[in-house]
Amino acid sequence: MRALNQLFGRHRRYDDLSVSIQEHIDERTEELMDEGLPRKEAEQKARREFGNVALIQQRSREVWQWPAIESILADLKLTFRRLGKSPGFAVTVFLTLAIGIGANTAVFSVVNSVLLKPLPYPDSDRLAALWLNAPGAGGLANFSSGLQLSPSMYLTFSEHNKSFQSMGIWAPSTASVTGVAQPEQVQTEMISDGMLQTLEVPPVLGRWLSAADQDPRGAQRAMLSYGYWQRRFGGDRAVIGRIIQVDAQSREIVGVMPRGFRLVDREFDLLIPLALDRAHLKLAPFGYEGIARLKPGISLSQADADVARLIPVWMDSWSNGPGTNPHYYKVWRITPNFHSLKQQVIGNVSSVLWVVMATVGLVMLIACTNIANLLLVRAESRHQELSIRAALGAGRGRIARELLVESSTLGLTGGVLAIGVAYAGLRLLVAIGPANLPRLNEIAIDARSLGFTLLLSLFSGLFFGSIPVLKYLRTSIALGGSSRTASADRPRQRFRNALVVAQVAMALVLLVSALLMIRTFAALRSVDPGFSDAAHLQTMRIWIPDLLVPEPLVVTRMQNSIADNIATIPGVTSVGFAGAVPMDNNDPNWDQIRVEGKTYDGGEPPLRLYNYISPGYFHAMGTRFVAGRDFTWADIYGLRPRVIVSEGFARESWGSASAAIGKRVQQFSDKPMQEVIGVVEDTRQHGVDEKAPATVYWPAMLNDPYTRQPTIDAPRFVTFAIRSTRAGTESFVNQLQQAVWSVNGNLPLASVRTMQEIYGQSLARTSFTLAMLAIAGGMALALSIIGIYGVISYAVSQRTREIGIRLALGAQRSKLSWMFVRSALLMTGAGVALGVCAATALTQLMRSLLFGIGPLDPVTFVTVPLVLALAALFASYLPARRAAAVDPVEALRSE
Amino acid sequence: MAKNPEHRDLFPGALEVMILQSLRLKPMHGYALVKHIKQVSDDLLQVEEGSLYPALQRMLREGWLESEAGMSAKGRPTRIYRLTDAGLQHLEQEVVSFARMFDGITRVLATAKA
Repeated sequence: MRALNQLFGRHRRYDDLSVSIQEHIDERTEELMDEGLPRKEAEQKARREFGNVALIQQRSREVWQWPAIESILADLKLTFRRLGKSPGFAVTVFLTLAIGIGANTAVFSVVNSVLLKPLPYPDSDRLAALWLNAPGAGGLANFSSGLQLSPSMYLTFSEHNKSFQSMGIWAPSTASVTGVAQPEQVQTEMISDGMLQTLEVPPVLGRWLSAADQDPRGAQRAMLSYGYWQRRFGGDRAVIGRIIQVDAQSREIVGVMPRGFRLVDREFDLLIPLALDRAHLKLAPFGYEGIARLKPGISLSQADADVARLIPVWMDSWSNGPGTNPHYYKVWRITPNFHSLKQQVIGNVSSVLWVVMATVGLVMLIACTNIANLLLVRAESRHQELSIRAALGAGRGRIARELLVESSTLGLTGGVLAIGVAYAGLRLLVAIGPANLPRLNEIAIDARSLGFTLLLSLFSGLFFGSIPVLKYLRTSIALGGSSRTASADRPRQRFRNALVVAQVAMALVLLVSALLMIRTFAALRSVDPGFSDAAHLQTMRIWIPDLLVPEPLVVTRMQNSIADNIATIPGVTSVGFAGAVPMDNNDPNWDQIRVEGKTYDGGEPPLRLYNYISPGYFHAMGTRFVAGRDFTWADIYGLRPRVIVSEGFARESWGSASAAIGKRVQQFSDKPMQEVIGVVEDTRQHGVDEKAPATVYWPAMLNDPYTRQPTIDAPRFVTFAIRSTRAGTESFVNQLQQAVWSVNGNLPLASVRTMQEIYGQSLARTSFTLAMLAIAGGMALALSIIGIYGVISYAVSQRTREIGIRLALGAQRSKLSWMFVRSALLMTGAGVALGVCAATALTQLMRSLLFGIGPLDPVTFVTVPLVLALAALFASYLPARRAAAVDPVEALRSE
Repeated sequence: MAKNPEHRDLFPGALEVMILQSLRLKPMHGYALVKHIKQVSDDLLQVEEGSLYPALQRMLREGWLESEAGMSAKGRPTRIYRLTDAGLQHLEQEVVSFARMFDGITRVLATAKA
């Protein structure tokens, strides 16, 4: 406060001072006149006695100033004046910095929000994701990060553990809500008791779902998300106690969760109690994610050890029904493999983000070297000015400070512009919304990213500023001589050459990474995913709840009628449905299948992926039959014991696809044999970069293998695949909706997308990395070309006189051009050599992102140096030609 | 501090104490201060203008003095300097510490003579 008063009140002080001094001199003058001196002499004498008025005023004023800051302000003023005089330079530098720092800020904000910030729950470092290891469980445990929990495990673990303050399980689902507006498909989360207690986020209205709400025979309740509350109920606070119909079941609303609350990483509309029925629980199924809040001071490994002793307890307490062996799961070798919830949420995206961060960091370094080069040239053109100032007594520190003030100003101004660039970039990123980027809604520029920007701007300013300063301090400043140097002195040129070498090396690393990603993308694209022409394949999900249609046979008939209705829509060539389509992150089931006459290690066959399909599904998907035929509706309604298998399964079991036809398989030893009637090509169920799993395709309606008495079962949750050239258009989707509603008006459509979108999402990680690296690589290439061009053309302009002399002495023009091109190629060669060494080491970090090629892919490591050599040739040829065009007479006269 | 070799430099703080003590008698403007100190010290001390004005500004900044618009003896506008409470306190502290210092110096000089 006082400092501010000083700053603003000081002009009054200065005035006071002049008045005082003026009066002082006047009074002395008068006194001297009284002593008899004439006025003029008296005035002169008084002034002489007083001394240097300006100096005394200056010294008195300094009492109110901070001399260091004020002189830096003066430097700043000078800097801006000088920048104003060379707008081209200023704009180039500001743009480079705004983009460079902006890209870094944006990526850092993403890294910060996604990887560094804790999850938005209280004491979130005590939250654990309860995954299990089960190396013996075959496909069930290897396609994701482990084995999930079963409800019976949840009950055993939560009742007997000693490590958790609370734990819960949940599973995502969808439900149709009626009785509010139009029938609507909403995202629900089925949660057990303990979930909300573990996350510890209080409701914004009402109360949590309690243990009492988990009674399957008690009152049915639900909680709303903030978004759904606002969207459907207009934020009405009287919503508590209202009854809504969820999948035809009446549920009372007891609470609303706050804005931004997510269940781990999922958005939802409704929270529904899982309401486990203890009497009907078995050991399986393993389809629930579990989380726990560790007691204070308990580590993950302690929790692992604690729960490991509960797995035998679990097998002792439950069974899979009469006649089954409850200790069967010993073969799976289940062990706890808990990790932090944050690790679970972030998943495998961290490697991508760090690669991108390193990439934009490198681009920034390249940009800085370019600016350093520009500043070097400027400092040299100011050589004369600096020499004069040094001669007049400016200290080296003073001049160095001025150069650094100039570069930091450039850096900081660039940083301010960069915040705008970063903000726009992040808005764009969130709008595009890469599907597999977790915590996307939390991405924002916060204090930490602003601090990062400030530091980066300051450091880059000091970095590119210190290079000219170092050079200035090393070369003694001699007045005069410089303007007449016939050629650039060696050390100066060497400095700039070193910068270009560094630039080429960094550009090489970036281009190699970008090309590796391009080759990976191409490799992924060339994989046959097991379906064709994805852009003309419409998909949509329909769920027929059992409260709406209790009879499985009716479910299948309804699905059949919907398919028939869709087939009549103009432009539809084929239609079918299945439990899940490839790459939609949804596996209908995994279970054992026994091949007739085969014995298995450990007596148990491995688990296989199950799918449940309608006739025509493969035709609509464009999945080829390798042998045999499709199901018919007669097969389905006749409950004929027939299956279709994937080519991989057929080869593994019977050696070839054609050998499989007519062979028999069996799910359990007490169940009837099923005849293989068809073999289809492998499909990449979990994305193009994952091996196609061996798959068994069951008919869409079948005898439930999990009940003792023959009972008909049909999947209630199916995805339709519709082949049409009109896929994805709005009018087409409307017609689909009508086709569904003409069968039952209470059925909503969900996940309406083309297969191309699903396919694109499964490639999203690769294409995101590819896009980032390609942009960075392109920028690096452009910056290096500019760098080489700048250095060579500056060398040419500095050596015009020398060239003139050489020409006058008879040098050949072509040889002169070659002299410059050669020096560029030498620099590039050195840069390439350095860069290849760096790239060999750095690309190892990208290994997990690559597909079909190694990190030392020879094509990449040959192509990129060639590209850089060509670029150097191009960048140096233009100025070199100018050198050859020099007129010796003009060149010699010009000085 | 002195252009004139007859006059020694005052040691740090001494000028401030002279000014504070003078203003304790009555508020004065710059020129009056110079004359006052010169008179009272029988010409032994002469305050340099080059030191006086920066010193006055320092003391204003420290809050020991206040300045206000006023008239000189000859009726010209000037600034009158007045001692503040903080200035008075500072003066008293300084006087005590000066006294102790003179005392010390005198004793040391006395033993050196003996």
